[in-house]
Amino acid sequence: MIAELGLAALWLAAALAVLQLVGGALALRGGTESELAALTRPAAVLQGGLVALSFAMLLWVFAITDLSVKLVAMNSHSAKPLIFKLSGAWGNHEGSMLLWVTVMALAGALIAGIERRLPERTMQATLAAQGFVALGFYAFLLLSSNPFERLPQPAAEGLGLNPLLQDIGLAFHPPTLYIGYVGLSVAFSFAVGALITREVTPAFARAMRPWILGAWVFLTLGLVAGSYWAYYELGWGGYWFWDPVENAALMPWLAATALLHSAGVLASRDALRVWTIMLGVVAFSMSMLGTFLVRSGVLTSVHAFAVDPERGSFILLLLTLYIGGALLLFALRAGAISEGERFSVASREGALVVNNVMLSAILAVVLLGTLYPLLTEAFDVRVSVGPPYFNPVGAIFAFPMLAVMAVGPLLRWRRDSWGRISKELALVAAMLLAGIVLFAVLGEIALLPLLGLAFAVALAVASFLPLKGRRLKRVPIATWGMITAHFGIAVMLFGMASEGAFSQERLAALEEGGTTSVGPWAVRLEAVEPVAGPNWTALAGRLTVRHRDGDPQAIAPQSRNFWAPPQQTTESVLVTRWNGQLYAVMGGSSTDGRWQVRLWWKPFVTLIWYGGLLIALGGVLALVGRVRSDLKHRYISRRITERREERETA
Amino acid sequence: MSWRLWLPFLLFFGFAGLAAYQLSQPKDDTIKSTMVGKELPYFTLPPASLERPGVDSRYFYEGEPKLLNIWASWCLPCIAEAAQLEQLKDEGVEIVGVAIRDEPTDVMRFLTQHGNPYTRIGRDDLSEVQLAIGSSGVPETFVIDGKGVITYQHVGDIRHEHVPMLLEELRKAGR
Repeated sequence: MIAELGLAALWLAAALAVLQLVGGALALRGGTESELAALTRPAAVLQGGLVALSFAMLLWVFAITDLSVKLVAMNSHSAKPLIFKLSGAWGNHEGSMLLWVTVMALAGALIAGIERRLPERTMQATLAAQGFVALGFYAFLLLSSNPFERLPQPAAEGLGLNPLLQDIGLAFHPPTLYIGYVGLSVAFSFAVGALITREVTPAFARAMRPWILGAWVFLTLGLVAGSYWAYYELGWGGYWFWDPVENAALMPWLAATALLHSAGVLASRDALRVWTIMLGVVAFSMSMLGTFLVRSGVLTSVHAFAVDPERGSFILLLLTLYIGGALLLFALRAGAISEGERFSVASREGALVVNNVMLSAILAVVLLGTLYPLLTEAFDVRVSVGPPYFNPVGAIFAFPMLAVMAVGPLLRWRRDSWGRISKELALVAAMLLAGIVLFAVLGEIALLPLLGLAFAVALAVASFLPLKGRRLKRVPIATWGMITAHFGIAVMLFGMASEGAFSQERLAALEEGGTTSVGPWAVRLEAVEPVAGPNWTALAGRLTVRHRDGDPQAIAPQSRNFWAPPQQTTESVLVTRWNGQLYAVMGGSSTDGRWQVRLWWKPFVTLIWYGGLLIALGGVLALVGRVRSDLKHRYISRRITERREERETA
Repeated sequence: MSWRLWLPFLLFFGFAGLAAYQLSQPKDDTIKSTMVGKELPYFTLPPASLERPGVDSRYFYEGEPKLLNIWASWCLPCIAEAAQLEQLKDEGVEIVGVAIRDEPTDVMRFLTQHGNPYTRIGRDDLSEVQLAIGSSGVPETFVIDGKGVITYQHVGDIRHEHVPMLLEELRKAGR
């Protein structure tokens, strides 16, 4: 009954999406007074509630392990801890698509419920677009990926969730990333709405900006969480592999970052109109493209789960409809959008344009590298594109972007001169040079990590320069947000460069009682013992590790065997110090009674994720700042109208 | 109206066309060697066990077509295919082994436990020969004709149903 309720709610929601589309479209043709148009907003709100109900029902059947539901039987197991039963609901194709439409419908409900600043025509067009996009995904769910499908006979026991996914980090990583991915659909709908009504104004950018910021914060968190998960759970010791699925998450982030900055220019200066619209379309297109690449199996990826060519065709159809449609609309309408304000190169806008061009170039580099195998395979040539391409080619654009990022915020809007900020420029350049010399003297470091370290130091200092000469209490929250996020980039960059420059690795075959060392750590294998968990057994290596003359610490990395489904995973152990992490992985046994132990010492590697968190925090601060000043504006303008009315009645 | 505004649209359709084409293609995840149809590269390998001599590529240039089996004592599917290799040996097929990243003591133990169908076993400690003939994993089995040319590659363990197929490939290679 529960499952049927969820399915019914989903069908009703799809019907409401049709109403939202028709209502919005009629409003555009017949004016906003049409009776159906009055239903657009309520339809969006109710739809959000229904899909949320449907998702709650899915969680319910997973929580009670209702094995008559096919999805539960395929992806869950009665002996699993509750949290992983719940996360199993979105750890599969059908459930994650339901999560996708849930986020989309809730976002649609939110804009319909609270967004009142834009002209009603643009809002109606936006909601119609949102309904149109949602409709395709409802169709996908209901016609080819029904999560509530029953089995003719209830299964005796479930097949279990992929053990790699039975991890607390991964329980939260997909929802976070999805909120980011799908949150961008709002920016997409706004862009389409504005293209339809040709009203691309600063007010439009201000309305769109909180949505971009919100989605961007979640995308950032999702990327950070996913990267950390891959780092400690997969046991390869790396944090980023340029895998197609990782790229699929990175590309929307790059587009959203560019969009965030260009929307800022549009909101403050009424410039970059067409470009902002383009990015609004591109950002969500990248989300959909990523979904297509992950689900269709056109690219071979270590992540590719739930691969199914038939579903791939369906998603490609949706892609063609939405991305193709939006780009067609863009080609037809963008010419009619008048050019915005002009500005000189040496200005805040100028710096932001360079930032946008560089971010777009990096996006193009990642997109090309990700799709390249698709192209060559058409000619029967198999290639795999990895770090040797992405790192240096991305760096060509990343370093100039970082340089502009350091000095751009110091420039004034519209027109400025380099002479005015010459002192700051000299300081940043000096820091950069000093960094390069210092780290080059420190040891033999490859070019990219060396530049990374030096840029990180210079950028860290430069990110606080906008505060110079200002009363700290009067600095707007949004500016603090920018400073925090830019500083976070510097911190993250330092972590990456340090990991690349100073990491040490040791693969040892140890007998019980044997010792080895890695970097400043002495390591001793005390014993290897079996350990039993709720749905796995493991071999745990008891290791004693000691940093220089510090106290010895006991750690126990495991090699786990899950039995439902049968699969082996490694549970690495991380020993974190302020200046880095020791990473220990237990391998199998050699035949001669020795055990493989893999160790890394990674100086300052944790800064990668702390930096990521700072970037997200910067986004949150900016969001709070924007929303607060919006509310203040709204309050003031309401007061003004109230006063005027009072005066008129008096 | 500027033609440039149409660029994103055209690029997208280029991609969509390519993706549609790729979706319609059968997906084949095994990576076939590009060496099939070509002559074996030159190599010599030291023996991997005390019982059998090592392998020299020139050995394949004369006599009957042979099987070249890439395996390792640490490889579980290799245990699974041991019985089928025995069966092929009983059919009179000569099987030459290349042990990947292995120790002689482990090789000996494996052969006593699971049988020794090989006439020669070379020791490839750095996967050099494996990479040179385009094998991407263990086990893999290559059919080499009497003139040293690779005529067929079998990826993965040899199951029961693969035995007649391999015999047929050997026959095609001139056996």
